[in-house]
Amino acid sequence: MTKPKTLYRKLVESHTVATLDAQNVLLFCDLHLMNEYTSPQAFAGLHEQGRGVLVPGQNVAVVSHIIPTHPVKFRVIADPPSALQASNLKLNCDRHAIPLFDTNDALQGIEHVVSPELGMIRPGMVVICGDSHTTTYGALGALGFGIGTSEVEHVLATQTLVYRLAQDMRIQVDGRLPPGTTAKDLILMIISRIGAQGARGYVVEFCGTAISALSVEARFTLCNMAVEAGARGALIAPDATSIDYVLERATDITGAWREQALAAWVELRSDAHAVFDIEHRFDAGEVVPYVTWGTSPDQAVPITGHVPDPAAQAEGVARQSAEQALRYTGLTAGAPLEGLAIQHVFIGSCTNARIEDLRAVAEIVRGRRVAPSVRAMVVPGSGRVKAQAEAEGIADLLLAAGFEWRQPGCSMCLAMNDDVLAPGVRCASTTNRNFEGRQGRGAITHLMSPAMAAAAAITGHLTDVRHLEALT
Amino acid sequence: MSDPTSIAGVAAPLPLANLDTDQIMPKQFLRGIDKAGLAQGLLYDLRFDGEGRARPDFVLNRPAFAATRMLIAGANFGCGSSREHAVWGLQQYGIAAVIAPSFGEIFYSNAMNNRLLLVMLAPDQVQALIDEAQASAEPLQISIDLQTMTLRSPALQAGFSLAERHRRMFLEGLDMIGASLSYRDQIEAFAARHWEAQPWLRDVARVTTERQR
Repeated sequence: MTKPKTLYRKLVESHTVATLDAQNVLLFCDLHLMNEYTSPQAFAGLHEQGRGVLVPGQNVAVVSHIIPTHPVKFRVIADPPSALQASNLKLNCDRHAIPLFDTNDALQGIEHVVSPELGMIRPGMVVICGDSHTTTYGALGALGFGIGTSEVEHVLATQTLVYRLAQDMRIQVDGRLPPGTTAKDLILMIISRIGAQGARGYVVEFCGTAISALSVEARFTLCNMAVEAGARGALIAPDATSIDYVLERATDITGAWREQALAAWVELRSDAHAVFDIEHRFDAGEVVPYVTWGTSPDQAVPITGHVPDPAAQAEGVARQSAEQALRYTGLTAGAPLEGLAIQHVFIGSCTNARIEDLRAVAEIVRGRRVAPSVRAMVVPGSGRVKAQAEAEGIADLLLAAGFEWRQPGCSMCLAMNDDVLAPGVRCASTTNRNFEGRQGRGAITHLMSPAMAAAAAITGHLTDVRHLEALT
Repeated sequence: MSDPTSIAGVAAPLPLANLDTDQIMPKQFLRGIDKAGLAQGLLYDLRFDGEGRARPDFVLNRPAFAATRMLIAGANFGCGSSREHAVWGLQQYGIAAVIAPSFGEIFYSNAMNNRLLLVMLAPDQVQALIDEAQASAEPLQISIDLQTMTLRSPALQAGFSLAERHRRMFLEGLDMIGASLSYRDQIEAFAARHWEAQPWLRDVARVTTERQR
């Protein structure tokens, strides 16, 4: 009998071109996504060495990080270095016959929103990108992970990576998410419990009844943020939910291919007695709306909770880091999170800018208005998401309520374009990182779900979305 | 790199956990198409105030730390964004090694690919180095020997390990792409088998994109 294997091991084995040593394999990559800011030096390196792109058709690029999101029809990148990054990406893609979603392409958007919605991500793939949130694709049973620019160059030249094997972690979540909570609250809870390096060195497989009940878009949110626990990848075994999602979009998979694909995808699950190096279990019934209070995604508490006291930690680096987080966020130990005034709301990012996220926002906003003290922005994840939200009346509803309805891009998630917060501004954000300076120097980020961010926009302060009805 | 087997010099303590790559190299320094000018961006918000003036109290701005060659940091150093600019910036600033209990995974690979040495020590050993650095009036001098895989400060001697592949990459500066290209025949044979079994994966980027046009 062969040894039972985890889904992660199966994906690695099915992509191993050669075993290099005990820790490293030469891993074949099915899809390589690129953006304008982590690829230029890779192309330059390739050209310096006189090397070409080995398999152009397995590579694609999207202008996503630097792009302005002002609500204008034709977008012009005003910042000269950023404009050069975009034009340079086009030159590189043209030169090597790599497909590109350029600045004014109707399908442009955040790379991790665009590629699955176009049917590019299929179960069993290895997907890499010079962007840490490539873990998103685990939602479809594809092994996705972020790489650096040296590795971008390596993939362009060889369609492979020298891949250091990870360990196996299983996170089982059973039960049912209570009303008012989402996959975002679940992942913030998990990260707050296992820590910002709790999954460092592991590929995490999520399973359990609560995971099976999640929509594909909710699964994207979950896998997207696994990297904030340090994970090298996240996986959810394909099931009817994810396979339906893929087949609806990957319209080339029909007829005999479809039967062949379904037969292959059935195998994409961990064997019954597969051994994981570490296992965690959580009860979805315990999930409440979570918000972050600090400058690391694991510094999160329930909205009903309080800012923890750094003095409760042992002396040393951990306590100094917690103290630094409070200095930066301007909060005091013991203060409640609910009621904390915010000046900005950002709804967007590869974590939470898909149509279901925008529907959840619309649900909360319907019949209400943005508080006068708040500037609230919605940046849809892609041109397609934007068009759909407009067709469903979501855009009009949000505009009428006082939200800005903007063009797609990464925008204020990392503030590489001109969507930057001023120092001291406190922001309720649906993004993935509350790092110091992430949304602008001196700006303070509180991570939360789209519904929670919408509630904060209405009241002007951090608000338990479960009680919004009684408050407005 | 004159003698890659040893690194010695001033080590600056940065006693923060989860020091992410956004802080190591903020967004405004990521807009180039080359690797130039990143020394200026290193730890920018920690080194400079809102008006761009050096913060005199920050360790790297103290005159005695002008020639800093190493950083001693908290756990999960380099977590977050995949931006390799963080590694390039550290090197351009003159940092040859970072000592910490653990490192972000993508940062770790990026560092190895650029021959930035990362030394992983137990948390109590790192804390001891930070305490030693903070207790001394003079900047802490550390030496790292890659032959014997040991790190020495005046008060501490510690062994560390590095995967054999990474040790060789550091010492010899392997051409990783060239090495992988020597497998070109195997890669092409693998791809042919892979696409025969799963034809819907072949040219998936091109096919999917063209369907939208």
